[in-house]
Amino acid sequence: MKAVLLIDFGSTYTKVTAVDLESEQLLGTAAAYTTVQTDINDGLRCALQQLETATGPLEFAERYACSSAAGGLRMITSGLVPELTAEAAKLASLGAGAKILKVYSYQLTEDDLEEIEAARPEILLLVGGTDGGNSACILHNAKMLAQSKEKFPVIIAGNRSVGRQCQRILEGRETYLVANVMPRFGELNIEPAQEKIRELFLERIIQAKGLSQASELISGIMMPTPSAMMAAMRLLAEGFEEEKGIGELLGIDVGGATTDIYSIASGMPAKANVVYKGLPEPYVKRTVEGDIGMRYSIHGIVDAAGIGRVAQLSGLTEGRAEELVEYLSRQTDTLPQNSELEALDFALASLAVETAVSRHAGRLEEVYTPTGLAYAQTGKDLSGVDQIVVTGGSLIHTRRTGQIAAHALYDPAHPESLRPKKARILVDRKYILAAMGLLSQHAPGTALRIMKKELVRDGAEE
Amino acid sequence: MDQKQKTLVIGVIGADVHAVGNQILYHAFTEAGFNVINLGVMVSQEEFINAAIESNADAIVISSLYGHGELDCRGMREQCDEHGLVGIPLFVGGNIVVGKQPFEDVERRFKAMGFDRVFPPGTAPETTIAALKEVLGVEGQK
Repeated sequence: MKAVLLIDFGSTYTKVTAVDLESEQLLGTAAAYTTVQTDINDGLRCALQQLETATGPLEFAERYACSSAAGGLRMITSGLVPELTAEAAKLASLGAGAKILKVYSYQLTEDDLEEIEAARPEILLLVGGTDGGNSACILHNAKMLAQSKEKFPVIIAGNRSVGRQCQRILEGRETYLVANVMPRFGELNIEPAQEKIRELFLERIIQAKGLSQASELISGIMMPTPSAMMAAMRLLAEGFEEEKGIGELLGIDVGGATTDIYSIASGMPAKANVVYKGLPEPYVKRTVEGDIGMRYSIHGIVDAAGIGRVAQLSGLTEGRAEELVEYLSRQTDTLPQNSELEALDFALASLAVETAVSRHAGRLEEVYTPTGLAYAQTGKDLSGVDQIVVTGGSLIHTRRTGQIAAHALYDPAHPESLRPKKARILVDRKYILAAMGLLSQHAPGTALRIMKKELVRDGAEE
Repeated sequence: MDQKQKTLVIGVIGADVHAVGNQILYHAFTEAGFNVINLGVMVSQEEFINAAIESNADAIVISSLYGHGELDCRGMREQCDEHGLVGIPLFVGGNIVVGKQPFEDVERRFKAMGFDRVFPPGTAPETTIAALKEVLGVEGQK
């Protein structure tokens, strides 16, 4: 046996997963409260004790960890046009596993600067202009940022003609110059910026968050948890060497504060009479809905979907649903322990899925032209994606996972939304996806085979 | 990109799906030494403007083939002004109005809308290239 320990320092729970690399078996999983305020190792030790109670004593050959504790990786981005470089910066940051506090476009104002200082980002991503294109905006913004009292690191990934100039303006601060996120108009190049974000996360952010105390116990790769999730989903979709992946997929993670959606799919127009508009989207795309979550962001779900639909799906009266929503928003650690709360959570989770996937998926617009009907597509066409992977407590600890996940599908009432037409639902019942993403950095074949075994089709018994 | 190279944003405006002529212009302009950002067909005013802002374009060249160009182009100059692209040269050409109308009238109306150069149907790319070089003050581009 060669046991490996995979640790996910979450904002609430520290989750541990043990895997035997030789037999490619999951040995066990456990979770305990995260103790980032005192000593992060307390929570880890507690989770390990639980794990070993179930599995017996384990000797770990390697220990790897990812983290979203202490607020995750908090970033602010600043770009030029909202739909173009500002969007590219946002895609780059989300894809690197960051939590975006705010996206700014055009020139930063003094008010913006105050806001940025108050928000205290851990990284600021400064972009704007294509290579050889607009330079006035990024230069202005660099000058504004140079006045900031907060010394956050700045990654510069804009018009390459003025990259060095921006660095000089920001002299005395930590700056990093990488390739433009949009070197040519409409061309995304977000990997270099993402690489730098990950590097900074490893180098200094882990230290600042008291996670370094744990590092002596850990052999390596600390990454943001969303990056680990993305790595797992990508591996699952694409496969590794001879081990085939399962193909294009949509991933859903409904949490207490946010809902994350991942798509591993090209999503380009399938038909000849469809014109693609706007920025091409990355093949591995992550979106985060900061206003959609089961507890902390419960009001966001109601605002987006309306209390009427919450009532309808839960079978409660509107008045009662409102009362319970109010209660849950204050008692955020409430689990659905009675049938009424179960029904409400079902409705909330369904609407969280529906809202977040609708925002993630592309849209198709009918355009009547003098030469006939034409279609304009913006964003990804996911209608042909036929697999949905679901994770997150509210989705995996219920018997109605399939019904909830079905809200991610195409809705005849909203034909413009390019969501999957039909899909099989795969459930991460044991909550191992982030762990498998970590493992994929060292033993991708093993991680893939374990995922294929452990992700259960909804309806199938464990 | 060459420092001296001028950047053009081109595309077919409105709900117009005529792709061929625009593609020819793309090749002709590129061959003539311009850095060309081709937005393709069914391009809105906003898309032209956003592309011009990010790329710091020197001119916007709008094509229209389906007869509704006049409606589609209305307010384009004002939109440019509003977005800080004050004075950017605007070119338009193709079948830009409904039916057969005297070109002088058409040209006058489009110039009144703030377009710098207006081209009738059947204009050769060379004509437009010469006009671009003149307006942009380009000498010696091949």
